[in-house]
Amino acid sequence: MLAFLVRRLLTLALTAWLATLVVFAVLEAIPGDPALVMLGTSAQPEAVAALRAQMGLDRPWPVRYAGWVGGMLHGDFGTSLTYARPVAGLVADRLAITLPLAGLALILSAGIAIPLGLFAAGRQGRAGDWAVMAFGQMGIAVPGFWFAILLILLFSVRLGWFSAGGFPGWEAGAGPALKALLLPAVALALPEAAILARITRTAALDTLREEYVRTAVAKGLPRRVVLRRHVLPNALIPVATILGLQFSFLVAGAVVVENVFTLPGLGRLLYQAIGQHDLIVVQSVVVLLAVTVVTVNALVDIACAAIDPRPRVTA
Amino acid sequence: MPNRQRRAALAITMGAVLGLAGALAAGPVLAQAALRTDLVVGMRLEPPHLDPTAGAAAAIDEVTYANLFEPLTRIDAEGKVVPGLAEKWEVSADGLTYTFHLRKGAKFHDGTDADSADVKFSLDRARGAESVNAQKGYFAAIAGVEAPDARTVVVTLSRPDGLFLFHMASGDAAIVAPESAGANKQTPVGTGPFKFERWVAGDRVVLVRNPDYDGPKPALERVTFRFISDPAAQVAALKAGDIDSFPQFDTYEALPQFRDDGAFTVMVGTTEGETILGTNNARKPFDDVRVRRALAHAIDRKTLIDGVLFGNGAAIGSHFPPHRAGYVDLTGLYPYDPDKAKALLAEAGLPDGFATTLRLPPPIYARRSGELIAAMLAEVGVRVTVEPMEWAPWLEKVFKGKDYDLTLIAHTEPLDIDIYGRPDYYFNYQSERFNAVGAELDRTQDSAKRNALYGEQQRILAEDAVNGFLFMLPSATVQKSAVQGMWVNRPIQANDVTGVRWK
Amino acid sequence: MRGFVRRLRRLPVSLLLGGLLTALVVGAALLSLAWTPFPAEQVRVVARLRPPGPVHWLGTDHFGRDVLSMILVGARNSLAVGAAAVALGALLGVPLGLAASAWGRWGDEAVARLGDLLFAFPAVLTAILLTAALGAGAVNVVLALGLFNAAVFARVARGAALAVWRRDFVRAALALGRGPLSVTLVHVLPNIAGVVIVQGTVLFAVAVLNEAALSYLGLGIQPPSPSWGKMLGDAQTFLFTSPLQAIFPGAAIAVTVLGLNLLGDGLRDALDPRHRSAGLL
Repeated sequence: MLAFLVRRLLTLALTAWLATLVVFAVLEAIPGDPALVMLGTSAQPEAVAALRAQMGLDRPWPVRYAGWVGGMLHGDFGTSLTYARPVAGLVADRLAITLPLAGLALILSAGIAIPLGLFAAGRQGRAGDWAVMAFGQMGIAVPGFWFAILLILLFSVRLGWFSAGGFPGWEAGAGPALKALLLPAVALALPEAAILARITRTAALDTLREEYVRTAVAKGLPRRVVLRRHVLPNALIPVATILGLQFSFLVAGAVVVENVFTLPGLGRLLYQAIGQHDLIVVQSVVVLLAVTVVTVNALVDIACAAIDPRPRVTA
Repeated sequence: MPNRQRRAALAITMGAVLGLAGALAAGPVLAQAALRTDLVVGMRLEPPHLDPTAGAAAAIDEVTYANLFEPLTRIDAEGKVVPGLAEKWEVSADGLTYTFHLRKGAKFHDGTDADSADVKFSLDRARGAESVNAQKGYFAAIAGVEAPDARTVVVTLSRPDGLFLFHMASGDAAIVAPESAGANKQTPVGTGPFKFERWVAGDRVVLVRNPDYDGPKPALERVTFRFISDPAAQVAALKAGDIDSFPQFDTYEALPQFRDDGAFTVMVGTTEGETILGTNNARKPFDDVRVRRALAHAIDRKTLIDGVLFGNGAAIGSHFPPHRAGYVDLTGLYPYDPDKAKALLAEAGLPDGFATTLRLPPPIYARRSGELIAAMLAEVGVRVTVEPMEWAPWLEKVFKGKDYDLTLIAHTEPLDIDIYGRPDYYFNYQSERFNAVGAELDRTQDSAKRNALYGEQQRILAEDAVNGFLFMLPSATVQKSAVQGMWVNRPIQANDVTGVRWK
Repeated sequence: MRGFVRRLRRLPVSLLLGGLLTALVVGAALLSLAWTPFPAEQVRVVARLRPPGPVHWLGTDHFGRDVLSMILVGARNSLAVGAAAVALGALLGVPLGLAASAWGRWGDEAVARLGDLLFAFPAVLTAILLTAALGAGAVNVVLALGLFNAAVFARVARGAALAVWRRDFVRAALALGRGPLSVTLVHVLPNIAGVVIVQGTVLFAVAVLNEAALSYLGLGIQPPSPSWGKMLGDAQTFLFTSPLQAIFPGAAIAVTVLGLNLLGDGLRDALDPRHRSAGLL
């Protein structure tokens, strides 16, 4: 177990390091000069050069790479080229929106999907099951950003219940802030809920076939009790694994959904930073995301290995 | 709809109650107290930071210009140069010495005096070797800055510069203090009637009235600039009443519905944004004037203005805004005529047309115009590949690297026809005739003569069909009917709210 | 006839429905090659933003282009990008996965790490970054999505191939002195083909979704060629004036993805009746 743990952590570090290399290389390849972006079309070359020097962009790339990675190891993510603010603070501000959004979406999707999946498993092959499966298929097929637009169309344009985008800020109070996050969270949750419902159903069906569950059923326990007491806890293990894995889907989804709803979250920051050529922000955010995804995956792996010693070979 | 009715009913009731109360109070005192003193201004883009002396982004000036920072001189709503931090000035007969007299009692928001030393610091900083000013060229003629006393600044120029006072009125020439200049990006400290309160990143910047301002106090106590980039969200925010005034509103398709709604006022004014189909004059086949003229004949400006601006914009035939003195109407020089275009192409040895690439920067007017122009050029056999770009690659490749065939962009700086005389500009255009007129312009002070020279320059550009001259970007403002004093036109990119009040 | 119906009924419902929907989209794409109500790129500003009616069945967009024609041609573009991304992924990924399964530890490890690395970046993010580096456009979208698909294909092919290598007939072939390359081609590849095809169908659906998302952000298929994602992006600015514009392209995407996913599920069930559809993952 210890050897496995060490090996997993080593590959985690290796992957993280490779990620920094890849991201840095890709960003070096993107044409554009952040100083020119700041100073615009009338700028004199020497002013642009002065700004480049101020931004530290005149140094050769190995120095910049080393400085960046070295800084990150000390928790210093550098200073945004456009906002002239430390990236750490910038990211923290944006996480205050993206994390609650993702959390809300996760709660929504689990809250919808797990009962639906159990319900479907209990009614395998019947109309209820079909309905849930159809929901699952639809949820995966509908593009998240389109669903988001439809939500705006219905709840903002037609009914006027929600604003079509934007974020009032947490200091406006939890109520208005959560209200602004609700539609985006629903849009983000739908595909996740669809996947999760299908996983829950399959896991529940597998558990239903287990000996002890059959015994429980044979003893004459009501189906609802069997589902809740025996099936649910066992089905939760694969469901929890998937929930962990869905983190990266949520992040990717957030990039698009935050754009649709113009939420000033991490995804939007990233998208704008790519446009503004704010290399420092893009680098750090992308690597931060990648490392989080890899870490979550590794934790899921380790947790699985701890529960079940069989899959020692990493898939 | 019941919602709106209820709101209307509520408004009527409220109005009745207020009217009754006003009658009871027997005077305008209460009615005046009911007027709002805060304003929420909508903006499409968030500024990257708030230091106008260190960035070209229009959004910086749109928050800070005239409100927070003051230059020596200032541009007013009509585009005239008026006093800013300097209450008056004298120009020597040779046009080389400018003496500015600063306002007495002018103070920075941190309480320190705004005196001649600050002006000297600001100008020297903008023209110095370390300068990161986006318009460093504005200061290029300055030979020296002297501060004989605390209220007087003497600027000497190395050559006459007819636009010096105009340039000193730009946000890039804002007067800043040495103690606070370094932190202006996040916490700007200026001399204006409003001071910075807070910036909620990604959402809004809040300014509050400066109680210590030495000039006339603005009617507003608090101004919030909210950033909403999505067109649908802009419309929704206006309709929901979250935004009081949205200047530079570029969702033109939504204007009719606001015009029909009595609660809103729609103003459409002018900007300085000449929108052109930028053409690489050094690259084949665009080095042939017949090809450039063929393109001009192939573009239907009316359809373009209809399709992109929903009719809100003036066609141009050269690089000069119709609302400025000196304008010559050249829009009839190349009427829309696809057959003529084809004939010209055939004459240039391209009877079957040719393939080319159109590189588009991000603004929606550019993307939409590009799509329409691609379709129009296809009609005359020019096969256009559209290539959208973000600002960074566009600036690097098209603007700086001159690596493009065609591009589409609005040149928003005022009086910028001189760009055609710059040797290294991205059009790759060279004309000795044009440059000769430009040199005479520099020597000429008389405005009638200057206007005639500007006319000559416009004609040369139109004859050479340097670029496709398309239209002027309009400046549309949608606001609640009770808001008064917002600028109709945009002689410079700014949201001067110092004169705004509720009625 | 009755026999045919019975045989048809024995096929998984998802396969039938998926096949039907996919055929519909493919049919639309093929039809667009021969006929569209109007030229899909024809601009008529005077006829802009018309609601659906007898002339323009699905209305017109903000430039007066016929929405139905754009959707038909959009089907072609969408399928082409999806197919190319899947083909690229399979061509790169399957040989890689097979090689990994044959090479043993080090090759295996390398492929696994490569997969880890690629999966660390969500696919849309990878595509956004790559299109930023290479420029927007259909070809670069294919490249970006193909790269992601290659990682998935490699992983799936490797897993399936490892199982085949342990089978008796493969061991027998190896014992008879057949080289690993010939065993791979003759025995392993045909045996993993089913899994690869199922995976390909699912990835096709994912590619269509991602292409739409990228085109929505303006990074995908470029005008004048119509694309569903871009139509949605354009429609969003007209939500208040002509909301229907936002319905049709989205529905087209949903139908395509739904059809392909169902087809994938159905194929899986048909190829391996013991296996139950367990979702996308």
